[in-house]
Amino acid sequence: MIEVGDRTKESFQRLAAAELPGLYSLARRLVRDGAEDLVQEALLRAYRSFGTLKEDPAAGRWLKRILVNVFRDELRRQARSVEELPVEQVEDFSLYRTLVEQDPLPYSDTLHHDFLQTFAREDVREVLLRLPEIYRAPLVLRYMDGFATKEIARMLDAPLGTILARLHRGRQRFERELWTYAQENGLLLKGAMG
Amino acid sequence: MSETMRCAEAVRQLWDYLDHAVSPEDHEKVEQHLSFCRTCCGELEFAKQLRGFLASHEADELPPAVKARLQRFATDL
Repeated sequence: MIEVGDRTKESFQRLAAAELPGLYSLARRLVRDGAEDLVQEALLRAYRSFGTLKEDPAAGRWLKRILVNVFRDELRRQARSVEELPVEQVEDFSLYRTLVEQDPLPYSDTLHHDFLQTFAREDVREVLLRLPEIYRAPLVLRYMDGFATKEIARMLDAPLGTILARLHRGRQRFERELWTYAQENGLLLKGAMG
Repeated sequence: MSETMRCAEAVRQLWDYLDHAVSPEDHEKVEQHLSFCRTCCGELEFAKQLRGFLASHEADELPPAVKARLQRFATDL
């Protein structure tokens, strides 16, 4: 934990240096291009409001929240609209069942586990980037960075029900894209050959 | 006795069930369904694996050149 008690420029720089890897990694999960710009803008905003940071242990999460706010504002600025389907209209896709039915790794005794192991770090990023931002961001924040759904709703300035619906849709899309990506990129062939 | 839940509905609720984000009534329905449906138990195990897969996904490395630029940016604020 970085102590930022005196809220000086030097303590901000220490905090920033310690949190840069986590901030950059989160930014790379949220955007395809411009992760560095996203981190820079977050650092700028954070520095301006450094005095409002209440507790040292929360500093890392505080910086990440600011980065998500920057991301949200950028989405709004671009005003890209994505058709949002109600949960009831989301097509049911089960990766679990698809793997059982298609059995792409016939020599595997732990099919579902081995399927996931065929994905390298960059593959997972590519799969995530195939999802529209409004579905990708809640998924990343909830299941990769461990934010609570209520906190995600606050950061993205959306009703909790909307975030829950987007998480549901995002999970469905993520499962489908894992399957599609694995087929398109020959991951299953490599996995089947061991 | 609560109404029996169908597989499609149970699967739809599994992640929320793991997140403790379903109502007590739905929680009970999911548990009841899982008590007799082997396929949905498999779905539940896979949902846990997928969550673990995402949570344990390695962070991107911060390239030295990017790190240097961002540190300089923080210094110049």
